[in-house]
Amino acid sequence: MLTILFDGIAYGMLLFVVACGLAVTLGLMNLVNLAHGAFAMAGGYITVVLVNRLGVPFLASLPLAFLLTAAIGVVLERTLYVHVYAKSHLEQVLFTIGLVFMSVAAVDYIMGSQQQFVRLPGYLQGQINVMGVGIGRYRLLIIAICGLLTIALQFALAGTRFGSRLRAAVDDERVARGLGINVNVVFAVTFAVGSGLAGLGGALGAEILGLDPTFPLKFMIYFLIVVTVGGTSSITGPFVASLLLGIADVAGKYYVPSLGAFVIYTVMIVVLIWRPQGLFSRAASR
Amino acid sequence: MMAAEESGDASRTLVAQANAALAARARWSPLEIAFWLAAAASIFLFPTKHLILTEIAILGLFALSLDLLLGYAGIVSLGHAAFFGFGAYAAGLLAKYHVVNEPVLALLASGIATMLLGFVTSFLVLRGSDLTRLMVTLGVALVLREIANRLEITGGADGLQGIVMDPILGRFSFDIYGHVAYVYSLIMLFALFLVARRIVNSPFGLSLRSLKGNPLRAAAIGIHVNGRLVAIYTIAAGYAGIAGALLTQTTQFASLSVLDFERSADVLLILIIGGTGYLYGGLIGAVLFKLMQDWLANLTPQYWQFWIGLILVIIVLVGRDRITRTTDPIRALVQRATDRVWSGVRGSG
Repeated sequence: MLTILFDGIAYGMLLFVVACGLAVTLGLMNLVNLAHGAFAMAGGYITVVLVNRLGVPFLASLPLAFLLTAAIGVVLERTLYVHVYAKSHLEQVLFTIGLVFMSVAAVDYIMGSQQQFVRLPGYLQGQINVMGVGIGRYRLLIIAICGLLTIALQFALAGTRFGSRLRAAVDDERVARGLGINVNVVFAVTFAVGSGLAGLGGALGAEILGLDPTFPLKFMIYFLIVVTVGGTSSITGPFVASLLLGIADVAGKYYVPSLGAFVIYTVMIVVLIWRPQGLFSRAASR
Repeated sequence: MMAAEESGDASRTLVAQANAALAARARWSPLEIAFWLAAAASIFLFPTKHLILTEIAILGLFALSLDLLLGYAGIVSLGHAAFFGFGAYAAGLLAKYHVVNEPVLALLASGIATMLLGFVTSFLVLRGSDLTRLMVTLGVALVLREIANRLEITGGADGLQGIVMDPILGRFSFDIYGHVAYVYSLIMLFALFLVARRIVNSPFGLSLRSLKGNPLRAAAIGIHVNGRLVAIYTIAAGYAGIAGALLTQTTQFASLSVLDFERSADVLLILIIGGTGYLYGGLIGAVLFKLMQDWLANLTPQYWQFWIGLILVIIVLVGRDRITRTTDPIRALVQRATDRVWSGVRGSG
C-alpha cells in the first residue's frame, strides 16, 4: 500500500519535472507546445547513449542530459519557435505535431524502434526497507532530485530578478520592453530551461516511463493533463496535479487494471469543462 | 397603414435580394463540374488503382466533415477521429451481429448513431478557448479509444474481425479488387458533398460563417450561437461517422487505429494542405496526401512520417494565407469564367 503510494509519488515527481517546462511555455509564453515530450525523449536517448555506449557514470550523465537538451531547445527556439509565438493556437498545434512526427521518425531512424534501457549502477538497484515499507532506491533518488528542483524553481520564479523579469515580460511584453528588459533573451532562456528540465525528466524517467520512439506521442496527453488540471498560473498547481496524477495512475493500474487510463482522461475533460483555467489557479486574471 | 405596407414591400425586396445572393453563391462553377467529371472518369481510367482511390474518397469525406467544423464554424478539433472511429465500429458491429445487413442502410444507421454521439459531446466544446476545445476533443477521442480497447464486443487490440458484408442493395457484392467499393464510396461522397454544399450555401451556413468571424456580433444580430454550434458539430460528427463506416464496410475490418491520435492529426493536415472553408479543400487535400504518402512510403517505407511532419512545419512557417494566396489568380479566372457562362445562360433564356 505505502509502496504504491511511494511509487506514485516518484512517478508524479517525474511527470512534474517534465511538464513544468510545458507549464511555463504554455502558461507564461502562451505557446501550445505539443512537442514538449520530444525534448524529454531527447534527454532519455542522450542518457542512454552516454551511459551505455560511452561509459559515462549515470549520475554524471544527468546534468549533461539537461544541458544538451537545453541547447537543442535554445537552437529550436531561436530558429523555429520564435516564428510561431504570435500565431493562433491551431497553427502552433499543427507546427508542434509536425515536430513530433519528425522527432519520432528521426529517433526511429537513428536508434531503432526497440525500447531502450539505461544501465543503472548497482547502488541504485534494489530496495531498502524502512519500517516494513519497500522503497526502491532509484525512486528515492528521483524523489530527492525532483523535490530539490521544485524548490529551486519556486525560488527562481518568485525570488530572483530573472523570475520577476519573466513575469513582467509575460504580463505585458511591450511595457517590459519599454523598461529595458530584453524579452527575447528572457523567453529564450526560459524555453531552454523548460526543455532542459524535460530532458532531465526524460533521462530520469527512461527506466520508469519506458523509452522508445513513440514516447512523445504516448506521454503528450499526460503532460497536457498536468498543465490543464494544475493550471499555469503557478508552480504549485502543476506540482499538486502531477502528484495526484502519478498516484492515481499507479494505484489505478494496480487496483483496477480493467479501467486503464479511462478515469484519467475523463477527469481531465470534467476539469476542463468545470474550470477551464485549471483546478488550482486563482480566479481567471486574463 | 401605408407605412406598414411600404416597409413590407421593402423587406420583401430585401428577401428577394438575399435569395438572389444566396443563389449566386450556390452556382456550380465549371471547375467544380470538371472536378466531379474527373472523379467519375477515374472509375474507368484507373481500374487497377481502385483500392487506393477508395481510401482517398473516404479520407476526403472525413476531411470534408472537419472542414464543416473548422472551415465554416471555426471549431478546432484535435480528436475528430473519435467520430470516425465510432462510425467505423458501429458499422462493424451492425454487420457482424446481423442487425442491419444491407450496407447502405447500415451506413445511414452508423451515421445517425455517430450524430447522436456528436450531439451529446457538442456541449463540451461550447465553452472555453481554442486551447480548451483542442484538449477536450483530444480527450474525448482518447476516452473512446480506451473504451474500444477494453470492451469485449469491440475485440480490443485485435480489432473487430469476422465482418461479412452483404451485397449493396442486395445486388452488388463487394469484390476483391475494390471496384464495387470504390463506386459505392464515390457515390456516397458525392451525395454527402451535395448535402454539405446545400448546407453551407443556406442561410444557416452563412450564419455559421458570421459566428466564426465574431461570435459576439453574431449573437448581437440575433443568431443563436450555441444552437448553431451544436447543430454543425452534430452534422460534422455524422459525416465523420459515415466516413468511418465506409472504411469498415470496404475493408471488412475495424481496428483501434481508427481512433488513433495520428488519424486526427492526419485529417487536420489533409484539410490544411487543401485549404479550409470551400468544401473542396478536404477532397483535394486527400488526393495530395494519399499520393504523397504513397510516394514517400515507397521511398522510405518506415520513415515517411518524418516528411509529413516536415510538410506541416513548413506550411505553418510559410503561412497558410500565403500558400492559398498563390492560387488566387486561378480562382479569380474561374470566377470570371463562371460569371460569363451564367450571364450567357441568363441572356439566352
